[in-house]
Amino acid sequence: MVLKVFFPSCCSSAESGILIGRWISEQNSAVILAVVHFPFIPAQVKQYLSEVQQVTKIKVSVLGSWSNSKQEKEESLSEFLEDLGTIFSHEPWIQISKERDSKFWSCSTLQKQSNSSKEEEIILVYYDQRKVMLSHLHPPLDTTPSTDHKANDASKLAAMFDTVANSKILFMTDRYDDGPIKLTHWQSDGVEASIIVELMKQASVPACMLLTFLLSLTSAICKRRMLKVWPLPFLWSKLSTCEQLGHRLQHLQVISSNKKAQNQIQLMRKANIFVSLLIDVALGILLMSWLYRKNRIGHLADTLIPVADHVAKELQDLLQWLMGAPAGLKMNRALDQVLGRFFLYHIHLWISYIHLMSPFIEMILWYVGLSACLGLTVALCILSDIIALLTFHIYCFYVYGARLYCLKIYGLSSLWRLFRGKKWNVLRQRVDSCSYDLDQLFIGTLLFTILLFLLPTTALYYLVFTLLRLLVVVVQGLIHLLVDLIDSLPLYSIILRLCRSYRLSAGVKFRVLEQKHGKPLRLLMQINPLSYGSVVQTYRLPTYSCYPKDSWTSLCKKLFFGELIYPWKHKGEKQD
Amino acid sequence: MEERRYRAVSGAPIALRRRQHSASCWELAVRGPRLQLRSLSAVTSAVWLAAYGLFVLSESSMVLSAAIFITLIGLIVYLHFVKIDQESLLVIGSLGIQVTSSYASGKESTTFIEMSQVKDVVINEAIHMQKVIYYLCILLQDPQDPQGVSEVVPLFQSSQPRLDCLMEVYKSCQEILEQRKTAPQSSGIK
Repeated sequence: MVLKVFFPSCCSSAESGILIGRWISEQNSAVILAVVHFPFIPAQVKQYLSEVQQVTKIKVSVLGSWSNSKQEKEESLSEFLEDLGTIFSHEPWIQISKERDSKFWSCSTLQKQSNSSKEEEIILVYYDQRKVMLSHLHPPLDTTPSTDHKANDASKLAAMFDTVANSKILFMTDRYDDGPIKLTHWQSDGVEASIIVELMKQASVPACMLLTFLLSLTSAICKRRMLKVWPLPFLWSKLSTCEQLGHRLQHLQVISSNKKAQNQIQLMRKANIFVSLLIDVALGILLMSWLYRKNRIGHLADTLIPVADHVAKELQDLLQWLMGAPAGLKMNRALDQVLGRFFLYHIHLWISYIHLMSPFIEMILWYVGLSACLGLTVALCILSDIIALLTFHIYCFYVYGARLYCLKIYGLSSLWRLFRGKKWNVLRQRVDSCSYDLDQLFIGTLLFTILLFLLPTTALYYLVFTLLRLLVVVVQGLIHLLVDLIDSLPLYSIILRLCRSYRLSAGVKFRVLEQKHGKPLRLLMQINPLSYGSVVQTYRLPTYSCYPKDSWTSLCKKLFFGELIYPWKHKGEKQD
Repeated sequence: MEERRYRAVSGAPIALRRRQHSASCWELAVRGPRLQLRSLSAVTSAVWLAAYGLFVLSESSMVLSAAIFITLIGLIVYLHFVKIDQESLLVIGSLGIQVTSSYASGKESTTFIEMSQVKDVVINEAIHMQKVIYYLCILLQDPQDPQGVSEVVPLFQSSQPRLDCLMEVYKSCQEILEQRKTAPQSSGIK
């Protein structure tokens, strides 16, 4: 089989020495991690490697020799390197040598027990050690997770990436350290670190503790018995602001927990939540500063009452139109007047209520607007709730109209069955024939006729109010969609993909470098970054709302029969 | 390295370039026809004539600037996302197969399939509208079922070479895939 040698490109200019790394025998490939320079004592090297093996759980061993000769090729050096093969006894012993002014390296193997006399072909793959170490390999999304771990290890790339990523301790010693072993790897010129990152790590511990304390205080207040008196939990569950605040509280709890993230996915999740919260609060404060400048809040409060008045007046006009001859249809006069006056009285009550509240509106709005500093999502949820409160009368009308219409439809269907001599059998849940008495038939037919002729009036009122209600639902739905988008977008992952694309990799790509006949094949391995669509799909944050699973046909059926439609169901709410 | 001319399924001229880097590495690239200046100017003049006609009817200069904007954006989108200049296949024995598409704007999109996932490379027939066309595809191994195929990855989809070109590519691929069957199986796999 072909022998593959993964060589880090940072070691290309290293001095002569021996190669250490991991030998993966199933794939006949050697992953070289570092070069140990002369002079060294073989016993110390073996001890160091066993220490590294204990910490990293990777079988690091001496794989071969590396000679970077600046002068002419020395015979004694090559014999010396072969003798090293006997000391370190690795099968096969890889010898790579580079001449001073040639970019084609020669690579050969020494096999003590060789089964075939054929010369093995060698492929030399250069890789960027730092990028491979920091990168996280994403398997394709449609692979089914197999319980058999051996199948996972058959992926060569995953094994190679794991080897480099887990060998961090090997890269901690640089060449300025005074130790018995001198290594060359990507950090051998000095361990790099960032002051800002270190400072933030130090500052994060007390910050997390403070946040945990505040959160426990808040949750203790929320759990008090006083807040669980009956109307209040119902109210909290209906207001989307409370849902959003609870969701954000959960996020804060995830961030402020003391446990370190176990794996990459959890770390990315924490980072995404943190960045999302930060951007949310920043946008919210921006919105707040825009609202409070030039007293825009005052203007908003001033226009709120006239708008509510205008809506009520429009509704009154609509009802007057319905009470007349709407669209040329002829309505039943008496029922029309009754329904119309009933709804008009409601609007009158509503207007009085709004006028009662009008002196306090500005103050309420001013204080409520302050809560926009908690985040843009909270401000949008408050907007959605204000719309729901202002159009409460439309909701009431829809419920009245729907219930009336529903009753009528059920009455009609039941009496229609009576007309044909059938009955609904509740026990057997089916339609059975039934013999009625004459007076039952008489009254039934009368009622059926009355209901049938009153149907157009009720149906028209129901239609008009359902359309209004659907309009409000659509507006609220758009706001909720925006809130969900802000909640679930993984901003940190997208920025990472933009700036440090090698950290999220979907795979690798190879480029063939210049070849020379007789020398091994040279390839350059680069990281293939994940596409933006896969980034968003992998790292999406879960949201609390689930969209209605009703298909269009079931929705139309519900509308036809007058059943009430509940557009939003939150996860964890009991289904009606 | 050699380059030969063939024809695509639609009749357009394409070129196949084969290069053998070593005994177990072949690079095969199919280059389609470049963007013609003729068709570009024809589309641009058609759009601008239509915009001018609308301008004459509506007397608003927004139509003209909108037409220019649309043409520019459309051209950029076409070059960056639609027009594929070259599709290449890099087969490295015992490592894997790499499929690259290069777009006219220079963007390259690459996929690498490891050799352990590749079951075989075959030429398939397909009935498309009124024609029977041949296409080359890679069969991926099903991890659970050693005899099964989990996915079929079609190659050279935008240049669509004819059978004679596909045969050359097929022969080079099979040369390398044969090597892994004759190689001694080391213990530990499967």
